[in-house]
Amino acid sequence: MIPAGFEYHRPGDIASAIGILQEYGDEARVIAGGHSLIPMMKLRMAEMGHLVDLQAIEELKGIEVGPDTVTLGAMVTQHELITHSGLAEAIPLIREAALQIADPQVRYMGTVGGNVANGDPGNDMPGLMQCLNASFELSGPDGNRTVAARDFYEAAYFTAREDEEILIRISIPVPGAGVGQAYQKQKRKIGDYATAAAAVMVGNGQASVAMTNLADTPIWSDEASTALAGGDVEGCVAAMLDAIDPVADNRGPVEFKKHVAAVVLRRAIDRAQSRAG
Amino acid sequence: MTDQTLTPEERAANLKGMGCARKRVEDVRFTQGKGNYVDDIKLDGMLFGDFVRSPYAHARVVSVNKEAALALPGVIAVLTAEDLSPLGLHWMPTLAGDKQMVLADGKVLFQGQEVAYVVAEDRYVAADAVELVEVEYEELPVITDPFESLKSDVVLREDLEGQTEGAHGPRKHHNHIFTWEQGDKDATESVLAEADVVAEEMIYYHRTHPCPLETCGCVASMDKVTGKLTLYGTFQAPHAIRTVVSLISGLAEHNIRVISPDIGGGFGNKVGAYAGYVCSVVASIVTGKPVKWVEDRMENLMSTAFARDYWMQGKIAATKDGKITGLWCHTTADHGGFDACADPTKFPAGFMNICTGSYDIPTAYLAVDGVYTNKAPGGVAYRCSFRVTEAAYFIERMIEVLAIKLNMDAAELRRINFIRKDQFPYQSALGWEYDSGDYHTAWDKALKAVNYEGLRAEQAQRIADFKAGKTRKLLGIGLTHFTEIVGAGPVKNCDILGLGMFDSCEIRIHPTGSAIARLGTISQGQGHATTFAQIIASEIGLPADDITLEEGDTDTAPYGLGTYGSRSTPVAGAATAMAARKIRAKAQMIAAYLLEVHDNDVEWDVDRFAVKGAPERFKTMKEIAFAAYNQAIPGLEPGLEAVSYYDPPNMTYPFGAYICVMEIDVDTGEWEVRQFYALDDCGTRINPMIIEGQVHGGVTEALAIAMGQEIAYDDMGNVKTGTLMDFFLPTAWETPNYTTDHTVTPSPHHPIGAKGVGESPNVGGVPAFSNAVHDAFRHFGLVQSHMPHDHWRIWKIANGLGMHG
Ligand SMILES: Cc1cc2nc3c(=O)[nH]c(=O)nc-3n(C[C@H](O)[C@H](O)[C@H](O)COP(=O)(O)OP(=O)(O)OC[C@H]3O[C@@H](n4cnc5c(N)ncnc54)[C@H](O)[C@@H]3O)c2cc1C
Repeated sequence: MIPAGFEYHRPGDIASAIGILQEYGDEARVIAGGHSLIPMMKLRMAEMGHLVDLQAIEELKGIEVGPDTVTLGAMVTQHELITHSGLAEAIPLIREAALQIADPQVRYMGTVGGNVANGDPGNDMPGLMQCLNASFELSGPDGNRTVAARDFYEAAYFTAREDEEILIRISIPVPGAGVGQAYQKQKRKIGDYATAAAAVMVGNGQASVAMTNLADTPIWSDEASTALAGGDVEGCVAAMLDAIDPVADNRGPVEFKKHVAAVVLRRAIDRAQSRAG
Repeated sequence: MTDQTLTPEERAANLKGMGCARKRVEDVRFTQGKGNYVDDIKLDGMLFGDFVRSPYAHARVVSVNKEAALALPGVIAVLTAEDLSPLGLHWMPTLAGDKQMVLADGKVLFQGQEVAYVVAEDRYVAADAVELVEVEYEELPVITDPFESLKSDVVLREDLEGQTEGAHGPRKHHNHIFTWEQGDKDATESVLAEADVVAEEMIYYHRTHPCPLETCGCVASMDKVTGKLTLYGTFQAPHAIRTVVSLISGLAEHNIRVISPDIGGGFGNKVGAYAGYVCSVVASIVTGKPVKWVEDRMENLMSTAFARDYWMQGKIAATKDGKITGLWCHTTADHGGFDACADPTKFPAGFMNICTGSYDIPTAYLAVDGVYTNKAPGGVAYRCSFRVTEAAYFIERMIEVLAIKLNMDAAELRRINFIRKDQFPYQSALGWEYDSGDYHTAWDKALKAVNYEGLRAEQAQRIADFKAGKTRKLLGIGLTHFTEIVGAGPVKNCDILGLGMFDSCEIRIHPTGSAIARLGTISQGQGHATTFAQIIASEIGLPADDITLEEGDTDTAPYGLGTYGSRSTPVAGAATAMAARKIRAKAQMIAAYLLEVHDNDVEWDVDRFAVKGAPERFKTMKEIAFAAYNQAIPGLEPGLEAVSYYDPPNMTYPFGAYICVMEIDVDTGEWEVRQFYALDDCGTRINPMIIEGQVHGGVTEALAIAMGQEIAYDDMGNVKTGTLMDFFLPTAWETPNYTTDHTVTPSPHHPIGAKGVGESPNVGGVPAFSNAVHDAFRHFGLVQSHMPHDHWRIWKIANGLGMHG
């Protein structure tokens, strides 16, 4: 549980951070809250010569709540997602999901950017962002570009982000009034990743449904969302069950996970519907 | 002086003696981060050790190439079995009469086994060097199942090939360790054959791990000038470690000083000797520098002593009215690659023969077969006396299984089979003499406290609602009445490596009336410094606040066998009372001299000796202490101190009644403990607050074990639960509220009547939780389902019973 040696960099702006990434190539990696990366380094499953700490970059911080859009700086901590009152009012789903992540100690350090950039299928924020139809703003040597959360995840730990790009901001459309939202997660204990988790929005004739840790990426399903928008809960569940592809692990066998996925989804839908106006 | 104005009760209260909920004196330093644990020890020039461990569960070690590691700056040495073998230290004896590789000698037998030991100037360099040691392995077939092991042609322990006799009698197969039999086999079989009813079931108590918050570690420091070795470490038995180190290293025992500093929990994990200790000692002797080794969490879970892994096949016979007539148990015990159980020598399956539990079972038979597999060694008493959790779980499950067979209420079945109060001292069919008990009183109190009838009525309604489709949640009522056997133990039958299991206390009274006491035990969170001072306070009338307790330094403490198996209060606590009484006896003579009366004309009164019939004429213990050091008293030596070595005449038998009420979601397997009631009878209660704290901690560990905690292996022998993400350690969030309660049935043979309590909650807690799960599904046809009851396994029960439509 002792990581290999590395050089530590602490740039003050995005351009210098990208410069360091360019200089050291795949020898370098950015570190945000460190609560996914450092455990991997301690297990020596991730070894890199250069760590680029993003903590000192002011441009990556801050939450902005606009009438149509919420913007989260990549370095906003999960704790801030919980305590920011304007955010909770605009999109209560984010707070509800953040409260299900890890424990307070982890959330003080862990960032929303790290959580979505990490690419671990166990992370809760990617599925959440897909449900919310968020988009990720990436900054790299060739400038900035935007990728939809729904297009971002390719496989476990593989995302649309290039090695020399940094995720700088997340933009989320504010769901219309009357949209019910719910995040439902089954886990074995506090601090555990999901056995199954569902993010659901429903209302105004629309719906969006995503699930976590049931495949090697988060799963947002157009078909499931459309079914739910039409009021067909069982159709939604069936479409989602079709889309997920869980594997057996210590949380249980595939059969169990599929069953629980359906239960968790139904409960999330139930709660979201009860909150729809 | 205020003394004259205070009532005896007030004076007694000022002592904060036995019965007082005195705050733990240890907590002042622990809550301020001022504890001193082994990893806090930093010595000049200290080096660091780290292990290269086997990724394979069974493999031949073809070669070890140290070159790259040795070339790394800061690396001092890389030790392998080849380096240790000239010293005869590549193997070490285990506490169970087996031997164990210190470093892989030609092969490895479990994943995580120590292969090479790197010594470096810096902890980080040591870790880097571990990566650079190249080991070539040739994989061998892996056996993780003990039943398969006994049929397999694969020889796990080639070093024992051809040896048909082991430390505990004949070996039936090359992977077999021992057979241990207790009770009357023929009589039990004929009872079974003739019984009205026989219930039969396999009860598995899965493999888990004590997982103390502080992992194992040591600092070995050889002083080449004085020839003295100081060994600091996480040792639950510092004196035994000193003797073992002396025997295996050849260093004279007086040249070895073992110090257990503050210990962050032990739970049996820190009783045995580990490769890390041996390698650190060797490295310090060779380099002349202190060497520290502290394992990390994964190493702790993977390689240091596990607990349980008992397959218990049971048969229980009864009349049709439910009177139990016989109990039969055959246990297949998975010991892993080496037999490194920490049991008294004559008990290779510990006190598993307490498995008749709280019940008057006239005829019984127990056989235990120990088996080698490709798993880590251990089999320690994780917060219990030796194999007592296994025994309690077995009988408390078998009672439930029998209740199902008889279609009887399980509370009533227990009641009609309890050993009655008038039967104590009670001779059990498997050889124990239970000292005291009043099970019916405890049971009735417990059932009343939880409104048992009301709960059953609620459950009946719930079942009806479930069947009517009104709810998806079931209600389980988990009952347990356990009897422990602790306080090992009488030297006539209890020893570890030939060391009798007495314990000791030395008390010195200072001239101004304060005192220091030293014991052969060592606290790991039990609060000895608090409670043992209370025993002394009550016995000799000096305030507990004026008494310092010291343990864990073999140069200053009297010899003792350490702390595990709830033995500290039953054995060292008795020694403490006996040493105090010696002091009081001398104090009586001093008081009589000072009061100018005959020894027999003074009597003890809380904190003083007073002249009989003239209570205004007295000498307080404080005054007597001063006199002991400044007056020449004819016929008496100066000073006031005493030492006692206590060989207990019998074990003590704490008992209790636990009831758990649990809600279970049949669709997700999630559970919630709605209520947990724990009644403990540990005899005389020294500090009610510490008892309550011990019960809270122990029940929480029991919750963990029953509901999710396990060391699981895949077919290749890989540990699947090697981190705290997968190894369930409950946080405050998962921990339910507990209601504690008690009855008091003192031990008749213990000087203060105390029985020990630290481990009762684990012994009673596990069956209470497990029985709650089983009980929830009993009315839908479940008889037995193995722990741990995590979400998917509970879901699987529901699924198997057709509850998912
Ligand atoms: C005990 C424990 C329990 C946990 N439980 C949960 C849980 O239940 N649910 C959950 O979702 N998470 C959980 N986590 C993970 C936690 O939320 C992490 O904080 C999060 O996954 C990563 O965020 P971070 O800021 O710590 O990123 P880091 O660990 O610093 O980085 C993670 C990865 O993302 C990359 N990265 C970080 N920021 C950026 C950026 N701005 N641009 C590009 N790449 C970037 C890093 O290079 C690295 O590869 C748990 C963690 C722990 C230790």
